Amino acid sequence: MTARRIAKDQPETFAWTKESRAEVNWWLKKYPGDRRRSAVIPMLWIAQKQEGWVTEPAMRAIGAELDMAHIRVMEVASFYTMFNLAPAGEHLIQVCGTTPCMIRGSQELNAVCERKIGPKGELSADGKFSWMEVECLGACANAPMVQVSTRTSDHYFEDLTPESLEKLLDDLAAGREVTPGPQNGRQTSAPAGEPKTLTDKKLYDGSLAKPVTLPNTAPKENA
Amino acid sequence: MTEDLRKLVVDGIEIEAPADMTLLQACELAGAEIPRFCYHERLSIAGNCRMCLVEVVGAPKPVASCAQAVSDLRPGRDGEPPAVNTRTEYVKKAREGVMEFLLINHPLDCPICDQGGECDLQDQAVAYGRSFTRYDENKRAVEDKNMGPLVKTIMTRCIQCTRCVRFISEVAGVEEIGMTSRGEDAEITTYLEKSLTSELSGNVIDLCPVGALTSKPYAFNARPWELEPTETVDVMDALGSNIRVDARGPAVLRILPRVNEEINEEWISDKTRFVWDGLGRQRLDAPYVRKNGKLETATWTEALDAAAARLKGDPDKVAAIAGDLADAESMKALKDLMASLGVPHLDCRQDGAKIGGGPREAYLFNTTIYGVEDADAILLIGTNPRLEAPILNARIRKTWLDKDDVQIGVVGEPEDLTYPYAFLGGGADTMKAIADGAHDFFPILEKARRPMVILGMGALARPDGAAILKLAHDLAKKAGMFIAPTAEDQEGWNGFNVLHTAAARVAGLDLGFLPGERGRDIAGILDGAAAGDIETVYLLGADEIDAAKLKDAFVIYQGHHGDAGAHVADVILPGAAYTEKHGLYVNTEGRAQRGRRAVFPKGLAREDWAILRALSEKAGRTLAYDSLEELRAKLMEDHPTFAALDYAPGGASAGSFADAEVGAAGKLDPAPLRSTVSNFHFTNAIARASKTMAETDAAVRAATGDLRAAE
Repeated sequence: MTARRIAKDQPETFAWTKESRAEVNWWLKKYPGDRRRSAVIPMLWIAQKQEGWVTEPAMRAIGAELDMAHIRVMEVASFYTMFNLAPAGEHLIQVCGTTPCMIRGSQELNAVCERKIGPKGELSADGKFSWMEVECLGACANAPMVQVSTRTSDHYFEDLTPESLEKLLDDLAAGREVTPGPQNGRQTSAPAGEPKTLTDKKLYDGSLAKPVTLPNTAPKENA
Repeated sequence: MTEDLRKLVVDGIEIEAPADMTLLQACELAGAEIPRFCYHERLSIAGNCRMCLVEVVGAPKPVASCAQAVSDLRPGRDGEPPAVNTRTEYVKKAREGVMEFLLINHPLDCPICDQGGECDLQDQAVAYGRSFTRYDENKRAVEDKNMGPLVKTIMTRCIQCTRCVRFISEVAGVEEIGMTSRGEDAEITTYLEKSLTSELSGNVIDLCPVGALTSKPYAFNARPWELEPTETVDVMDALGSNIRVDARGPAVLRILPRVNEEINEEWISDKTRFVWDGLGRQRLDAPYVRKNGKLETATWTEALDAAAARLKGDPDKVAAIAGDLADAESMKALKDLMASLGVPHLDCRQDGAKIGGGPREAYLFNTTIYGVEDADAILLIGTNPRLEAPILNARIRKTWLDKDDVQIGVVGEPEDLTYPYAFLGGGADTMKAIADGAHDFFPILEKARRPMVILGMGALARPDGAAILKLAHDLAKKAGMFIAPTAEDQEGWNGFNVLHTAAARVAGLDLGFLPGERGRDIAGILDGAAAGDIETVYLLGADEIDAAKLKDAFVIYQGHHGDAGAHVADVILPGAAYTEKHGLYVNTEGRAQRGRRAVFPKGLAREDWAILRALSEKAGRTLAYDSLEELRAKLMEDHPTFAALDYAPGGASAGSFADAEVGAAGKLDPAPLRSTVSNFHFTNAIARASKTMAETDAAVRAATGDLRAAE
């Protein structure tokens, strides 16, 4: 990991859209009075969703609104790696690189990204994609996986192979519908293929149940 | 109030320590030495360097003693006091481990590091570290950051103790330094690498335990063991901060703070710290006499003869003005010389402040700087302490931080003082309203247990200054700011304060360097000189006056820098700067302190009292002292307050001074009260000669201007 710096080219200004503003107000209501600084993370997140990344004027605007020094906002924004300090692609591919995913081949996914999108952290030629390697996203049972973030969504695409990731990228580039979740036909994190245990139908129809006597119950006719 | 004392055993020694003390302090109480980097007793606790690990018996892991309170410890199973070990093999191993981690990324560049020789990391690595490393990988490198012209950064050396971050946010009160990123990428930086704008920023250099933040002007100049330290006092403002002047040969190479809890704690302002390069520029190092309209170097005899010839004229056409940096002895010598010549026109109040003459309490900072911490309501009038006395401002901020209920009001200009306050109004009419009890702030002052008012020169250096002084005193009296000492309250409380801006002022007022009978004050002297009524003017380092009015007069300038006064001079008698002479200074609290000589005066220059003594001989009025000791003895005999060194009277006389003589009734001018210091970096001749001060001024202006424009 290299030190994250804010981008050299920054927009001049920042303004909340109407929708973002409403969302910000909702969060501010949650942290009234001298607790308003707690809204810094939600506000940075809303700003990122609005602009695609956290711009320097946005950090200043948030600082001014929360009565926080600019450096304090920057400390937060630079601490959390999910805040993009430089422009990200319309689809931001986050490849999980932590141990389970790595063992299951995340490095091959990196290679696909590098080939199809370009160097890590940089925008693709068409500006639609960028990719980064992230720490554990908590979907180890479906390793390897990527998260694809857009301004409106964050979706997991799991059980990937280099081929299925390549197809996913092509579909996204072409604007085709994609289905989040396991990409190998698995149902969530259930075992791949048919169930191999607990397959006996009798387990589920109640026929194996034995009558029990519960303690502290009124003595009724025991069936 | 009885203190909650707890018993504990440190290295087998049983001690009692207050419950709220940190374990680190308690261990020190027992005589143990605890290494530390991030812990600093004047800053909040961070607990992130882990160097202060100790063994608490029964605890599963080593404990960071700085972040553990004595009250956190539990007694042993059988009720025996908790035991702490600081010298066991366990502790040694823990410290070695921490040190090894700290050194993993610390460069081995001590030979080219300015901190070398006075580096906490260096010392502690020798004392508590291993003699080898097990780390073969590459060290991390960090880009250097810009923090302005005073603080040099070599960020690869940083060990992320965050002392600088905490100092700048907590003590200096400007949140400009922060730690960005995380883990291995963590870096200390200012926002977008802007210059620091604090007047106290230089203190981060002292605080930095490694060589990451060092002094830019001092870079690569000297090693600490080459320097000759001299303990003296500062004259950049009227607080008399205690300093150590480090010199090598004839040159002052740096200025550091000395601890004085009553004045500056362990901080000094940037002007105090970095003004030393001004001591080597624009110096008057030889006597000059004006011949055919041009100043030419002369011998001492020529210069003294020329000056003495003029002084022997009609005493009513001679005047003397003492500047802001003069020591008490030279002012006393000049006053005695003028008295023997019969000259009544003396003044030490260059800015024309309407103070002096009455009781001493009328022009002192009676609460004392230390006493500010007891205040619960503070009214600032016509002063911007951030620029006039940054150390006092830090003390006010500390008071505001430590107590939730301190009320601060400002009459004057709404400037950023680093703490919130109520802006009450701009002028004397607001003061009048408060004094009459009609203003909302009056009940706050009246109800406060320890209310205080601070009157700046901005309120007094005006034609209606005497009336404002009286009004402020009446206000203070009505609000109950004078509490005479009693048996229960032996200190008393005097909440009436005048904040001076000139280091020489209180001494000048104490020894009566003021207009004599029918004598002219500063405005009278200058106007008289312009009109031709005053023909000879003696300037003792007086540069902050309208020198253009002295064009037609014969000006004798005694001083150390070629500034405004020297430019209009006809005779220049080169004197000594504050680092070049022994001298007494009285700070704004009325505390007399001794300054000591660190280096000798430049070139042919001499100590100021000796110049005046030689001049008196030439003028046929030989002064009655042949040595500085004799002069001091005379000074202390005539004015006993000078004999009480390092003593500030405080509230002792709060109930007994002649309060009827404070100020004078008069018409009030409704114009707003403006601080007399608009530019922190250029308040005196030494600072104006300093390149560092000029660069800092430009950088601070750029940094604040940029931010303001961006908002």
